[in-house]
Amino acid sequence: MANLSKEETQALIQEVLEVYPEKAKEDRAKHLSINDQAADTKCVTSNRKSLPGVMTIRGCAYAGSKGVVWGPIKDMIHISHGPVGCGQYSRAGRRNYYVGTTGVNSFGTMNFTSDFQEKDIVFGGDKKLSKLLSEVETLFPLHRGVSVQSECPIGLIGDDIEAVSKASSQEMGKPVIPVRCEGFRGVSQSLGHHIANDAIRDHVFEREGAAETVEPGPYDVAILGDYNIGGDAWSSRILLEEMGLRVVSQWSGDGTIAEMEHTPKVKLNLLHCYRSMNYISRHMEEKYGIPWVEYNFFGPTKVAESLRKIASYFDDSIKEGAERVIAKYQTMMDEVIAKYKPRLEGKKVMLYVGGLRPRHVIGAYEDLGMEVVGTGYEFGHNDDYERTTKDMGNATLIYDDVTGFEFEEFVKRVKPDLIGSGVKEKYIFQKMGVPFRQMHSWDYSGPYHGYDGFAIFAKDMDMTLNNPCWKNMTPPWKASAEEEQQAVA
Amino acid sequence: MALRQAAIYGKGGIGKSTTTQNLVAALAEMGKKVMIVGCDPKADSTRLILHSKAQTTVMHLAAEAGSVEDLELEDVMAIGYGDVRCVESGGPEPGVGCAGRGVITAINFLEEEGAYDEDLDFVFYDVLGDVVCGGFAMPIRENKAQEIYIVVSGEMMAMFAANNIAKGIVKYATSGSVRLAGLICNSRNTDREDELIEALAARLGTQMIHFVPRDNVVQHAEIRRMTVIEYDPKAKQADEYRALAQKVVANEKFIVPTPLEMDDLEDLLMEFGILEEEDESIVGQKAEEVV
Repeated sequence: MANLSKEETQALIQEVLEVYPEKAKEDRAKHLSINDQAADTKCVTSNRKSLPGVMTIRGCAYAGSKGVVWGPIKDMIHISHGPVGCGQYSRAGRRNYYVGTTGVNSFGTMNFTSDFQEKDIVFGGDKKLSKLLSEVETLFPLHRGVSVQSECPIGLIGDDIEAVSKASSQEMGKPVIPVRCEGFRGVSQSLGHHIANDAIRDHVFEREGAAETVEPGPYDVAILGDYNIGGDAWSSRILLEEMGLRVVSQWSGDGTIAEMEHTPKVKLNLLHCYRSMNYISRHMEEKYGIPWVEYNFFGPTKVAESLRKIASYFDDSIKEGAERVIAKYQTMMDEVIAKYKPRLEGKKVMLYVGGLRPRHVIGAYEDLGMEVVGTGYEFGHNDDYERTTKDMGNATLIYDDVTGFEFEEFVKRVKPDLIGSGVKEKYIFQKMGVPFRQMHSWDYSGPYHGYDGFAIFAKDMDMTLNNPCWKNMTPPWKASAEEEQQAVA
Repeated sequence: MALRQAAIYGKGGIGKSTTTQNLVAALAEMGKKVMIVGCDPKADSTRLILHSKAQTTVMHLAAEAGSVEDLELEDVMAIGYGDVRCVESGGPEPGVGCAGRGVITAINFLEEEGAYDEDLDFVFYDVLGDVVCGGFAMPIRENKAQEIYIVVSGEMMAMFAANNIAKGIVKYATSGSVRLAGLICNSRNTDREDELIEALAARLGTQMIHFVPRDNVVQHAEIRRMTVIEYDPKAKQADEYRALAQKVVANEKFIVPTPLEMDDLEDLLMEFGILEEEDESIVGQKAEEVV
């Protein structure tokens, strides 16, 4: 269908808000808006507490720290300190690929937990944590460090995880890092990212006895905020290496603690997920004078733009390298676009993802001739929305911490050809007959970053959108009724 | 008679545990079947009945056994003077863990294991002085203690605490059937103490159920880890506890309290000369500024 006009979009927001009680309506109104590229004021209110009674998709601070920032550091053991559920139900769900032998020198898909019982709540879990740490050292001697990820009860009963971590660290001669990421802190997983960043600052960069692993060089860069979902970081770093840069650190996807420790010695920090790692990037800028640059490796337009932007921080050999890489993949990209654009052109997409992709994947869709007509963040802040405004068309929908109800209503009216969101939304929209891609986990596909990733992205979007199953959404007994109705009409 | 469950609250150090155990001993002497549930990690609510230092608690036994589900009722319950049944919830050392959760776990355990059997006449919960979190309100939630006694003295802070506890009772009284049953004045020999507590009780809408005078025999008994009832049944103080016990048995005045506003409470204290009229001009004045 044709795009909604600004007035129609405004009317749609009003209509959706109508069902809420007065106070909720007032609150939610601030989170919904119409994109206006010219506006210099903030478009929506964000990073606020979700309303009780609505369906929100948000996670918690523990999810932000253990699940996102710390969890993918593969050679460390990440202990979910508290009852068993938080660790077990989030185990291995994020598809952070890594190279290594699981259980020997890599631990990414394993779940380590102190499995709190009633008595641990009453008497405290310090002793249990201490025992767990020494068991970890005995059973998995090749681990390179431990992080203690606090679940809610730890903050309530006041366990002194800092003291236990310090003592155990001295005992085993490896870092043991306490992280105060209790789930009840903050309004979403976003605070967990910040807390995790602070723990890296305090316990990784400042650690005494951290090994000197790499001799610093003039083209050293670090990839920050690539979680290697489905191999994203791998299809990214080859491009950087091809243009002549030396990627000495990459975290946290397929990352190691040695890479983290080495990062303060790089020349430039390359920041993919701004939301989850801008804190540590800013810290390194202030403390070590390392500049950082945001980049976007979704779709050839943004990849080329980003490669040139990154190269601008270096000498001509790197700038030439960037051009060489862009030229090298041009033919391949042209072929991908030639194949898929005719099948996808003009299709409309609505997105609702976490803290980066609601804006970062827009370019990739546009490369395929598609248009993003609505987008929003689960846990974005003002600076994320500011970065989004210019990437979205005028009069498109912007929704922050969208509720289940709002999202469904928007979809019913905007009628997108494709929705990109998470697993909680997937089956609702598929049952409504709308093609859907999971844009957190790449729907068990990927990578989507870089040139190689774009080829897979384009194929996946086509496969989903043009799947013949969507023509069979009406069951036979209803199909006949519809035909009759049409015949009557 | 039907089982009556009562909880004893009051400021820390006011003499809750001593008063409760002497009261319970007096009830036992009358032939009543009584159980004491100590709800304080210090676990000193049953020592005078059991002649022990501190009873092994539900939570410590549970920690040893693995979980509370591994325990039997007879593991945690001790029988003392006058066949009084004693249980201590127990909890952590100060500064670690969650004592409130310990109380919740222990009381749930007692319920599930059928500790409240039909031949009991009374259960007394002796609760930590400061109701610092929801765990210590556990004894007055639904289906537990229906009547609350507040131990108080004529000291200012004790009365503030009593008023605050009354506020807590209002909260649970509106959602359940818990009621304030009276103030027990454990005398500190302050001036006009009985009148003052009578007046406070009247303001709260309740009664001073008994005035327990100060008597050193209580300490003499306590050194021997005994109640006065057991140590010196002929002592005058023993009769005071018997009188308290009689009044508790006969008590029918269970009310939703009407806690005082801070100003009203201060007025009351001023009326009895405990609190001086506030001189606003000296607030925030340093020593050097005082002429």
